Amino acid sequence: MRFWRTPLDHGKFTTPHGRIHIIIERCKGCGFCVEYCPRGVLQISEKFNKKGYHYPEAIKEDACVDCDLCESICPEFAIYSERVEESPADNGKEVQG
Amino acid sequence: MSKARGALLTGEHFMNGDVAVAEGALAAGCTFFAGYPITPATEVSERMAERMPDVGGIFIQMEDEIASMGAILGGSWGGQKSMTATSGPGFSLMMENLGLGLMTETPCVLVNVQRGGPSTGLPTLVGQQDMMQARWGSHGDYEIIALAPNSPQECFDLAIDAFNLSETYRLPVLMMMDEVVGHMTERVSIPGPEKIKLAPRRLTDRPPSEYKPYETGQDLVPSMVEVGKGYRIHITGLTHDERGYPAVTAPVQQRMVPRLVEKIRHNAPQIVRYEEDGIAGADVVVISYGITSRVALMAVEQARERGLKIGHLRLIVVWPFPEARIRELASQIKGFVVPEINLGQMVREVERCAAGQARTLHVANAGGSVHDPADILKSIEEVLR
Amino acid sequence: MSDSGSKTQTAPPEPGIVRPAQQHPRDWLLRQDRLPHIWCPTCGIGTCVNSFVEAVHESGIPEEQFAIVSGIGCTGRVAGYVKLDSFHTTHGRAIPFATGLHITRPDLKVIVFSGDGDLVAIGGNHLIHAARRNIDITVICVNNFIYGMTGGQLAPTTPHDARTTTSPYGNYEYPFNVPHLVASCGAVYVARWTALHVRRMKRAMLEAIQKRGFSFVEIIAPCSTLYARKNRLGTGYDLMKFYHDNCEVQHGADTSELDIGFQTKITVGKFVDIEKPTFLDRIQAGQAKH
Repeated sequence: MRFWRTPLDHGKFTTPHGRIHIIIERCKGCGFCVEYCPRGVLQISEKFNKKGYHYPEAIKEDACVDCDLCESICPEFAIYSERVEESPADNGKEVQG
Repeated sequence: MSKARGALLTGEHFMNGDVAVAEGALAAGCTFFAGYPITPATEVSERMAERMPDVGGIFIQMEDEIASMGAILGGSWGGQKSMTATSGPGFSLMMENLGLGLMTETPCVLVNVQRGGPSTGLPTLVGQQDMMQARWGSHGDYEIIALAPNSPQECFDLAIDAFNLSETYRLPVLMMMDEVVGHMTERVSIPGPEKIKLAPRRLTDRPPSEYKPYETGQDLVPSMVEVGKGYRIHITGLTHDERGYPAVTAPVQQRMVPRLVEKIRHNAPQIVRYEEDGIAGADVVVISYGITSRVALMAVEQARERGLKIGHLRLIVVWPFPEARIRELASQIKGFVVPEINLGQMVREVERCAAGQARTLHVANAGGSVHDPADILKSIEEVLR
Repeated sequence: MSDSGSKTQTAPPEPGIVRPAQQHPRDWLLRQDRLPHIWCPTCGIGTCVNSFVEAVHESGIPEEQFAIVSGIGCTGRVAGYVKLDSFHTTHGRAIPFATGLHITRPDLKVIVFSGDGDLVAIGGNHLIHAARRNIDITVICVNNFIYGMTGGQLAPTTPHDARTTTSPYGNYEYPFNVPHLVASCGAVYVARWTALHVRRMKRAMLEAIQKRGFSFVEIIAPCSTLYARKNRLGTGYDLMKFYHDNCEVQHGADTSELDIGFQTKITVGKFVDIEKPTFLDRIQAGQAKH
């Protein structure tokens, strides 16, 4: 989000962060998590599981805000994010959406 | 009916078979009935609709017979004794869900007040033409328990037995009535509660961590649970393993389905029931059930008046069939006479068990009225010739 | 579908982080010994179950109080994967079974979770009657426009002109407008979402669970192997993108305008949310008078 100026109460807010976990053997490589992650955190990796499906990997984990969308949209219950320490809210920095 | 009455109407009554079977079910503790109108079984539903408020139960007229059978299976898993009633066309519709009840081992009672068939047939007139369908009507291999009352009193008494058998052996039990028994009005004595013995639902005493829905002991009957008590059971019509999970493989099929069949066959000696009269020294035994048994009695008496040695065996539990007894008798007598209001159904079982050791004569009746005792007498004489 | 091998790249891709795990936060309501489930890659049913798990969690109702009843078909398999008292019944007959279970156990939350063919074709009669009676159950209908389990046949929800194995030249029939059907029969809660709308689907399921009376949620979900493939629409991934670009949220829309054509706009939202005495309410009121 791009701010015109820093909001007055900016210091009160923090941005949540998440860490991605993948249950590799459940993934069927559908790509929903990659496509719908609002922060572009994931991509389909070159690696594959026992059934031959390519599972995702986190390439921009810093951008993950633990929104739980991947966790909710995965049909296989194969990916989730874990909340980690929060950081001060992004301060006027343009972040990839 | 403004004054609320209890489940058990102890006393002397004058009621027809349909009403009596409903009263028997209520006496057995039935508190859920789902049905669909069909002649000649409609009165069962009507009586239940009237009486359910008295016992704090619920009656629902479903949209069709398929839904009726489905609803009573759900009602049974909800922990209540559940029943439905129908006749031939509805019986055919219920077959698929009957199979679900057998496969999931769900206790409940299905009343079929038989009428002339096939198809729409004779809605208001008698038949006994669904007897084989009772045994083989649903697809796949299974064994069933079916009872055949021959009077309104027996409709009451056997209804209680039907519920007891369904709880003891965990399956849908059939009450194969016929239109005459259903519509005939006779004296029905309803006893006091101390005379009524009810078989309890076989609930497990194991905790959820140890319980397996389809694990069985010696008697091959698994124990049930109450929904909503933390067991998180899975019940399916697919071939399943002891955990209840679908296991769609040949080895599981070959273990599980024979167990379902053996559950009844192994316990058949306790289930089989028939009534005998004058068998000792008889040359001919008349085998009958339902209303035909009362007509046959007249023919048997007439034959005896002529000095013939005739025995009468009345099937009360029609399935499982009393194979052992028929085999035993076949070696002792000249022949069996089997009158039934159909063109040859239970007679085939008699023939099979007689295995050629005794003549088996069928007294056919395509339906619409009971036999003329003279026809049964003629067959008795025919066998002796 | 991503296919990183065939993209032309100037630099090798950055290695990503993969943190392997064994359990998912939503596993608590799943029969983990039966995962991974049988549904195809890019099938939407798993996502519907995912939202359902969240809805159960958010309802705050103890899990013991739920019972789930399903019929036959791909969606019918949901009962086998969810760790609640579950009943996998005959084709089309989940609703009568659920009716009987609910009537004898009004304390339970009875959920019917089944597919479009099971609920609207063979089960259609039971659907309309349960809605008419306002039986207090929740019906979640996963509509993938086809009979998946049996190999991709026509369903009463298949859009006009779509191809299936039993409509190889294009569907000559017109489909049901399911929300309209159910609303006209008297359902007190009717909503439609797609498998893409995870949070709104979850909220609709939650509202339906909490609603007294017959509540119905239709979820349009992708069928990759059959509907998408037979109609040359790609995979479920492509169908999800289609939902993204072609769904219009219109809460309170007139249900008569919710028809779905082949690859046309899909109107989603909450359409009916009314109050009405349930079947058991009326029985109890009647018996009190007796």
